[in-house]
Amino acid sequence: MGMTMTQKILARCAGLERVEAGQLIEGKLDLVLGNDITTPVAITEFQKAGLSSVFDRDRIAIVLDHSTPCKDIKSSQLCAVCREFAKVHNITHFYDVGRMGIEHALLPEQGLTAPGEVIIGADSHTCTYGALGAFSTGVGSTDMAAGMATGLAWFKVPSAIRVTLTGRLGRYVSGKDVILHLIGMIGVDGALYQSLEFVGEGVASLEMDDRFTICNMAIEAGAKNGIFPVDGKTKEYLTGRVDRPWQAVEADPDAEYTREITIDLSALRPKVAFPHLPSNTKTVEEAAGKPIQQVVIGSCTNGRLKDLREAAEILRGHKVADGVRCIVIPATQQIYLDAMAEGLVADFIQAGAVVSTPTCGPCLGGHMGVLSDGEWAISTTNRNFVGRMGPTSSMIILASPAVAAASAVTGMVTDPASL
Amino acid sequence: MKIYKYGDNVDTDVIIPARYLNAPDERSLASHCMEDVDEKFASTVEMGDIIVGGNNFGCGSSREHAPLAIKACGVRCVIAKSFARIFYRNAINIGFPILECPEAVDSISPGDAVSADFESGVIVNETTGVRFQAAPFPEFINGIIEHGGLLKSLKARGVAK
Repeated sequence: MGMTMTQKILARCAGLERVEAGQLIEGKLDLVLGNDITTPVAITEFQKAGLSSVFDRDRIAIVLDHSTPCKDIKSSQLCAVCREFAKVHNITHFYDVGRMGIEHALLPEQGLTAPGEVIIGADSHTCTYGALGAFSTGVGSTDMAAGMATGLAWFKVPSAIRVTLTGRLGRYVSGKDVILHLIGMIGVDGALYQSLEFVGEGVASLEMDDRFTICNMAIEAGAKNGIFPVDGKTKEYLTGRVDRPWQAVEADPDAEYTREITIDLSALRPKVAFPHLPSNTKTVEEAAGKPIQQVVIGSCTNGRLKDLREAAEILRGHKVADGVRCIVIPATQQIYLDAMAEGLVADFIQAGAVVSTPTCGPCLGGHMGVLSDGEWAISTTNRNFVGRMGPTSSMIILASPAVAAASAVTGMVTDPASL
Repeated sequence: MKIYKYGDNVDTDVIIPARYLNAPDERSLASHCMEDVDEKFASTVEMGDIIVGGNNFGCGSSREHAPLAIKACGVRCVIAKSFARIFYRNAINIGFPILECPEAVDSISPGDAVSADFESGVIVNETTGVRFQAAPFPEFINGIIEHGGLLKSLKARGVAK
């Protein structure tokens, strides 16, 4: 029996001819990632275990993106711990304020992730890099510590669900709608311990930014990773970013899948997810009219240039509704610069939105947009759990940048096509 | 011992809300554990208590602070129908006992006395007298647990120095 894309990458990193679902392996890592919340815990474990050196200073990325620019003294102290560790171990890819961006937008942009590579990150949305045909998955701080010390991690080889995409997305429909639709269909544990492998003729029409968004939220279906095959668009994205050799994989024709799902992109409508699970999806028509007080456009899910373009196209010439705060967060410094060059930042500010430096801030209720009691937000982020963005009585609706921007204009959940 | 029983999809944001992640010491984490799903948990939990959860326990963020907080409260183990995969590996990596056993979860009520043997995976509902067998861990994972966590096991093997 053949192997899936994920299984082929895992076999290679473990130095094995073949692997099968359920097998436990130890594999070599191409990159180990952490942020300002998870890295300090990893450093504590690293030091507690008496470890003295990192396996490869060029294969560790530490990105201070969650509480930065620091929101309080304690966060600042955690960042200082990361800074010191990065200095002592001479970590090449250490990103502090001014250079940093939201990790899962930053690493691909900087060329640190490539097809066929094996990447672990102490952040659940590390699965984003599957968009480039890499195997990448979220782990905890102890895994990060072990990875930094040894360049190795243990994995249980996952089985896979094959998601075949057909057709092409219509106007105001994007990668976010694809992944919300899928999570709504299979549930928040629908892909537990498994890979989501996206294939089919519909893939070619998806921009890289849409693919990043789709893989980013694979974790919200419980998946270990999401992965796309490498095509012309992937290669174009990699050009000028990655100059080391990389090796793409394709699934074997006789690879076994636990489930087959087909999504007709042409038939897809904008989707939103109501509190308190990403699987609690409705079409924008079903949700239309629900009042909101805050709009967040950004995050590792939807803070890329295509996302900002789609939001700006809707906000341009409009005003954010009275009683609504609209917060726009370009995910990296480069995206911020590009958005400025294209006039998008001016569009946002003229519409009455604020534009922030890159940060994860509001997504996890950290800073830059924490909700108050009973407030509703529509957000392009990835989780609408109880208390995620504020008190337990606050509510989050997940949506695409286009739907979030349209909702900012009216003050209620709005179909962009109806504006 | 007491049982704290919760439903499906207990996420790491309710186990330890992000607003407390700026203080990752065990005592601080323990004092806010489960706060957003069960306000009384942190003030009533005692050494040896057991958490029982439904499907997909520990879903969401990769924060290891979640199993660390539960462990720091003195909780003996978590028994769930299934675990989200990052929580699962984090628990193993820090040497915190978890048991996957849907039948036991369905049988256990909050007032029951429950004993659990991590090595054998045997769970006994002492109140009803019913015995359950949780899915055994593979040898590789048992090795990590026996050494008291991933880093200790890597050091014992001479892989980490």
